[in-house]
Amino acid sequence: MLEIKDLHVKLEEEDKAILKGVNLEVPAGKVHAIMGPNGSGKSTLSYVLSGKGGYVVTGGEAALDGEDLLALEPEERAAAGLFLAFQYPVEIPGVGNMTFMRTAVNAQRKARGQDELSATDFLKEIRAKAKELQIDAEMLKRPVNVGFSGGEKKRNEILQMAMLEPKMCILDETDSGLDVDAMKLVSEGVNALRDAGRAFLVITHYQRLLDHIQPDVVHIMSDGRIVKSGGPDLALDVEKNGYADLLVESA
Amino acid sequence: MSAITQRKQDALTDRLASMTLPEGGAWITEARRAALARLKSMGLPGPRDEYWRFTPPDTLNAAETPEAAVLDHGDETPVFSDFDRLKLVFVDGVFRSDESSDLTLEGIEIERLADVMSTDIHWAKDLYGKLETRAQTPVARPHAALNTAFATEGLLIRVTGKIAKPISVYYRHENATSDCYMHHVIRLEPGAEATVLENGPAAARFNKVMEVEVGDGARFHHIRAQGRDHERRAVTGLFVRQGAESLFKSFTLTANGRLTRNEAYIELTGPDASAHIAGAALGHGDFHHDDTVFIRHEAENCESRQVYKKVLQKGATGTFQGKILVERGAQRTDGYQKSQSLLLDDDAVFLAKPELEIYADDVACSHGSTTGAIDEDMLFYLRARGVDKHTAMDLLVLAFVAEAMEEIEDEGYRQELVGRLEAWLIRRRQE
Repeated sequence: MLEIKDLHVKLEEEDKAILKGVNLEVPAGKVHAIMGPNGSGKSTLSYVLSGKGGYVVTGGEAALDGEDLLALEPEERAAAGLFLAFQYPVEIPGVGNMTFMRTAVNAQRKARGQDELSATDFLKEIRAKAKELQIDAEMLKRPVNVGFSGGEKKRNEILQMAMLEPKMCILDETDSGLDVDAMKLVSEGVNALRDAGRAFLVITHYQRLLDHIQPDVVHIMSDGRIVKSGGPDLALDVEKNGYADLLVESA
Repeated sequence: MSAITQRKQDALTDRLASMTLPEGGAWITEARRAALARLKSMGLPGPRDEYWRFTPPDTLNAAETPEAAVLDHGDETPVFSDFDRLKLVFVDGVFRSDESSDLTLEGIEIERLADVMSTDIHWAKDLYGKLETRAQTPVARPHAALNTAFATEGLLIRVTGKIAKPISVYYRHENATSDCYMHHVIRLEPGAEATVLENGPAAARFNKVMEVEVGDGARFHHIRAQGRDHERRAVTGLFVRQGAESLFKSFTLTANGRLTRNEAYIELTGPDASAHIAGAALGHGDFHHDDTVFIRHEAENCESRQVYKKVLQKGATGTFQGKILVERGAQRTDGYQKSQSLLLDDDAVFLAKPELEIYADDVACSHGSTTGAIDEDMLFYLRARGVDKHTAMDLLVLAFVAEAMEEIEDEGYRQELVGRLEAWLIRRRQE
C-alpha cells in the first residue's frame, strides 16, 4: 500500500536535513506504528507524505499503491486515498464543520469520478458516524475546530477519516492531549475502520495508544531514519527502558 | 486664498460651469440654494485634504464624466429578484414606471422627488439636505452638498407602520457616460419598521445621498449590493439620525467598480439606540474602494458597531477611515469598530485610519484594524482533505468576510448575498 524508499527531506528555509533515508513499507490491512524521541522526524514524515509546504525532498520516493505521491498536490493525494489525522487540527473560523466535510467528501468523490452525495444522504451518514464518536449536532454546526477541546478536535479528525474512507491513514500523535476516556473513544473509532483493504501508520510517543490500537509492526525512528523494527513487543520495550538503550543498541 | 484652497475652488468652478440649479417649488429651492452656498464655501476635495488622503477625488470631481463600459450580465438575474418586494427601477438615474411596482403599500408613503419638486411645502423639508448639513461637521463632504443642490430624482419615503415587504431599489446602468445624482429621504416614525434594499451600479458615475431619520423605537434595515460593473464610479453618503431605542443596520456588498467611496455619518441622539454598519468589498485589478464612517454618540447607553472586510488582489486598493466620537454625557457607550483586509497577493494595498475620540468617562470602545494573507495552515488543512486549492481559497475568503455578512440580520438576504459572492469568486477565476 504505502512504500517509502530512501526518503531524504530538508527544510525549505534552512539547509537542515530532517529525514535522512527513510525506508518503510506498510501493506494493506496492516497497522504499523512509528515511535521515536522528539525531533526524530516522525511528524515531518507525515507532513511530507501529505504534501505540506516548507519541505524539500532531496532524494528517494514515496508511493501509494504504486502511484508517486510526491508528484501530487495535497488534494490529489487525498483523492488517491491518503489521510493525515493532524497532531494539531487547524481551527478555521467562518467555515462550518458541516460545510467543510461536505465540500471535502464531494471533492474527493468528484476527483474519483463518483457522483456527489446528496444533502440528505450526506446528512444521514455524518449523523450516524458522529454519533458513534459522541460528536453532537452542535459540534457539527460550529466552525471547523473553533472552540473545540483537545479531545473534540481529535474526535473530529476521526470523524473526517470515517467520512472520507481513505485507504491509507496516518495518525500523527492522535493520543496527545487526550484523557483516558477520549483515547478509548478515538481508538474505537480507528479500530472500527480497520479492514483488509486499509492500512494505518500510527505515529506516537507513547506505548499506551498502542494498547488500544494494536499494531502489527512497530518501528523506532531516530535522527531521520528508521533504526529498528519489530513486533508489538518493541513498543513495550520502549515503555520499560526508554529510547536511550534501543538507540545505543542500534547505533 | 491659499493655492490649495484656490485649486479646490477652481475644481468646483469647472464642475459647475455647465450646471444650473434645477427649477422647483419653495421648499426644495431653499434647500438647493443653501446646499450650493455650503458647497461654494468648501470647494471640491483636493488631494491634500486629510479626508481624501487615501482616495484620489479627481474623477469624482471632473466636469466630464469618465466613461464606464456597461457590463453584459448574461443570464444573471439582478440581486434580490426572488424576493417579494416593492420594486422601484431607475435606469441611469431615470425612473422607470413601467418596470416598477405600484407605490402604494400599507404603512408607508413613497413619493418621487421629481414629482413633488414643484410643491411649496413638503414634509421632507425637515430632512432634505438637513441631515447632510449635520454631517458636514467636523469634516466637509462636498459631493454630498453637490448632490443636495442638483439632484432631481430620488425617493421620499415616510414609514408609519411595520411594512410587509422590503422596498427594493434597482439601479441599472445602460449608458457609458451617464452622470447621475440621486437623493433619497427616509423618515421612520416612532415604532415604524422598514427594510430598504438597493442593488445595481446605477450609472457610469453615481452620486447618491440617503438621509434617514429613525424615530424613537423604530427599526431600519438597509442592504445594498453595488453592482459589479467594472468601470463605474460612485460616491455615496448615508446620513442617519437615530432616536431613543431605535435600531439602524446597514450592510453593503461591493464587488468590482473602478472607484467607490461610501461615506456614512450616524448620529445617536436618543438613549439606548443601536447602530450597525458593515460592508464586504472584493476587488481585483483596477479597483479602489473606500469606506469612510463617522459615528457620533450623543446619548447614553447606545451601541454602535462597524465591521468592514476587504479582499484585494492584483493591484486593488481598499481604504477605511472610521471614527467613533463619544460626546460628553454619552455615558455607557459601547462602540466597536473592526476593519480587516485579506490581501491575496503582494500587489494589493490596504490603508486604514481608525479613530476614537471620547469625552465621556464611562464607555467601552474598541477598534481593530488588521491586514493579512491567506493562512497557509488553514489552506493546507482543507487541501489535505481533498478540497482543491481554488475551492479552498474561496472557502477561506468567504470565511473571512463572514463576520461582516453576519451583520445582515435576515437570513434570506444574507444567503442571497453569500450566493452572489460565491458566484463572483468562481467567475473571477474564469475571467
